[in-house]
Amino acid sequence: MLEYKPNMVLSNEEFNVIGTNPIRHDGADKVTGRAKYGADTKLAGMLYGKILRSPHAHAIIKSIDASAAEAIPGVYAVVTSADWPETSIKLTDLADGAIHNLGFLSMNVLARGKALYKGHAVAAVAAVSPHAAEEAMAKIKVDYEVLKPVLSAEEAMKPDAPILHERLASVSSPALRPGGILEENAESMRTNIANEFEFKLGDVEQGFKDADFIVEKETTTQAVHQGYIEPQAAVAQWQTDGKLTIWSSSQGQFTVRDQTARFLGIRVSDVKAIPMEIGGGFGAKGIVYVEPIAALLSRKSGRAVKVQLTRPEVFEGTGPTSGTKIKVKLGATKDGKLIAAEAELVYEAGAFPGSPVGAGIQCMMGQYDIPNGHLVAIDVVINRPKAAAYRAPGAPASAFCMETAMDELAEKLGMDPLEFRLMNSAKEGVRRVTGPMTPKVGYIETLQAAKDHQHYNTKLEGKHRGRGIASGWWANNSGPSSAVAVVNSDGTVSLTEGSPDIGGSRAAMAMHVAEVLGIPVTDIKPQVGDTDSIGFTSNTGGSSVTFKTGWACYQAAQSVKKQMAERAAKIWEIPEADVEYKDAILQHKSDPELKLTFKQIAGRMIPTGGPIVGSAGVNPPGPGPSIAVHVVDVEVDTDTGKVEILRYTAVQDAGKAIHPAYVEGQIQGGVVQGIGWALNEEYVYNDDGAMLNTSFLDYRMPTALDLPMIDTVIVEIANPMHPYGVRGVGEVPIVPPMAAISNAIYAAIGVRMNDLPMSPDKVLEALWAKEGK
Amino acid sequence: MPEVWIPPKLQQLTGNKQQVQVEGSTVRQLVNNLEKLHPGIKEFLCDEMEDDLFPGIAVIVDGETSQIGMLQKVQENSEVHFLPAIGGG
Repeated sequence: MLEYKPNMVLSNEEFNVIGTNPIRHDGADKVTGRAKYGADTKLAGMLYGKILRSPHAHAIIKSIDASAAEAIPGVYAVVTSADWPETSIKLTDLADGAIHNLGFLSMNVLARGKALYKGHAVAAVAAVSPHAAEEAMAKIKVDYEVLKPVLSAEEAMKPDAPILHERLASVSSPALRPGGILEENAESMRTNIANEFEFKLGDVEQGFKDADFIVEKETTTQAVHQGYIEPQAAVAQWQTDGKLTIWSSSQGQFTVRDQTARFLGIRVSDVKAIPMEIGGGFGAKGIVYVEPIAALLSRKSGRAVKVQLTRPEVFEGTGPTSGTKIKVKLGATKDGKLIAAEAELVYEAGAFPGSPVGAGIQCMMGQYDIPNGHLVAIDVVINRPKAAAYRAPGAPASAFCMETAMDELAEKLGMDPLEFRLMNSAKEGVRRVTGPMTPKVGYIETLQAAKDHQHYNTKLEGKHRGRGIASGWWANNSGPSSAVAVVNSDGTVSLTEGSPDIGGSRAAMAMHVAEVLGIPVTDIKPQVGDTDSIGFTSNTGGSSVTFKTGWACYQAAQSVKKQMAERAAKIWEIPEADVEYKDAILQHKSDPELKLTFKQIAGRMIPTGGPIVGSAGVNPPGPGPSIAVHVVDVEVDTDTGKVEILRYTAVQDAGKAIHPAYVEGQIQGGVVQGIGWALNEEYVYNDDGAMLNTSFLDYRMPTALDLPMIDTVIVEIANPMHPYGVRGVGEVPIVPPMAAISNAIYAAIGVRMNDLPMSPDKVLEALWAKEGK
Repeated sequence: MPEVWIPPKLQQLTGNKQQVQVEGSTVRQLVNNLEKLHPGIKEFLCDEMEDDLFPGIAVIVDGETSQIGMLQKVQENSEVHFLPAIGGG
């Protein structure tokens, strides 16, 4: 058991196992190097696949001649998108709760007809060695007709902008979120705007008329990458019987199975996807990039094929988050009540429709009680890599704009920024600007915990130092999930669940089972099942696993518990209703002499009826939103523009922290990524659409040396829709940091930073502008 | 009767009504009855071939996002919203 105990407030119920900090079951494998990640699979006769990528940001692919490459000794296969069927561009729900336009996704994996960003995969080679594959790649002749790229939403929305997709339908309905495609014979709309939708509440015009104070501002953010340490890697083996096995690290083995099967035109049951350990995903490994290519190469070569990306390929060929431009206008009465809000959010989707602008707009003001609002969201395609999910997709950028505007409004009102938020926080039953009512969530308690924290009550002294606060709201997800608990004869339980373990979920799931059964968590043996050994489970994403798979494990354990009672009843020849189960002891309700332990019944399960197996498949509603409030102190070096984080405190409602140390780890991880996004990280492009910083040397993520200890406070306002009160915790901590740091910089040096990243050059520029230099 | 909040872009189909009272005890019944009241609206919400909401749409009933879409039961005083689905990371 870990000795360290995170700060917690308002913990309202005690459990035996839930809320403790056991050592993770997979810890020894991971710290000793025994754990197998995506690139660790090696099969006899395995070939190595390499991907040829477009050197142009926008080009028509006129022809591909691979004959010279195929003639190189040791080359077994060359594939292009011509090697698989064209996938329908109709939106598809693969039953995992996520939305996919598989036609676009297939064209992102291998370009069809057009290369839409530099780094877009055009062809792939399988050879006996990586070097042979690279040599062959150099021999593939691609005839491109180079087109002018469009690299920002602002440019892409102009009437004369280059058009990425001739058949793109500019839609204005929530029904077609990731863009639509016109009928074959319809006249081109010649647009890069894939979608536009809006929300209206109350009378926003009157609201602004009644406002005593109004703030208007505009922010911009650049694309940033999820920055996972492990590049995408997969091995595919296409057997002679037509069955396909895939080993890869992903956020969902079922997504790997289903998307690959759809692209290749085969049945999902012909694909077995085996989840390997995952070295970070943060949303980006929720879709496929390399698995279908490895499968295609394997089918053509007749050998197993491994495809493993390099870091530059990860940057150029996999999805970063969207760049954004957001405008907001807020109005408040002189006593501090928010009464009107307007916003326009423009998100860059990359090469194919489907930015996270829908989430950005719905999360932007989720924590506030604002009676009048009008919000508009626009999704735009540009010649950059297709945007992928990144931790609370869409919400950090909209919070950056909203929460810095809130800071400006609080200043105009002469109010403490926490008090201002407390006054305007949404309580249960308050209508959000986007329509639905606010469910039970601890925003007020989280704000209050931040206000009471020693950090907020300690005076910050020193030149060019400032304190900022910001809050964040995120709509957690749920989804289908499965778990199977098998009792072993020694009284342990083998638990198979369907969610790949990114943040410690093996332990958290084992804790659900241990709590129900009253046995030690060390007696649970958790594992993540492949697609042939566990029921469908949606991605590890959307902060959903502890909620949905926790539910599945809880129910599977309840089934085991019931079967245990049945066995005891059978042994004692009494009605099952007379058996009581408490703390792993089964007892006759009125005869204290009749007692059996969990282990004793486990040892007798075969002769009393056979194996005891509990299973559950769920799709539970009610994950509930998450709320975070962050406080940060910074110091700005006015000679260099460098911003140093002096102190950081993150307060968050976890509903109920199953494993508080892991919750703390999720909070700290989200904050650190947010700090990187705030201060350093961005995709830097030249005018031709080539990314210039494709290594971690030039794409600067924060390291431990850049940061202080991130202090956390876990608030627990139980989610009534989960047996232990869980709400997701993984994503919301990345939402407030950018705004909190911007507000702190303003407090330190008096300049408002409205463009991310707030890098030294931009800080100096803003400082000089303020000083009239 | 349950109250359906109409997405702003579709309010042109409801005579600019922001909310419409519709009979029904499931989301499917609400959508079908809404179509009778305001023809043309269903094609923006549902894939008729699949007999389900479009994958990009989430239906929120009384503040909770439904996991079962058209099959979701609604109460006499329920409030129903159709919003863009939120994908997580």
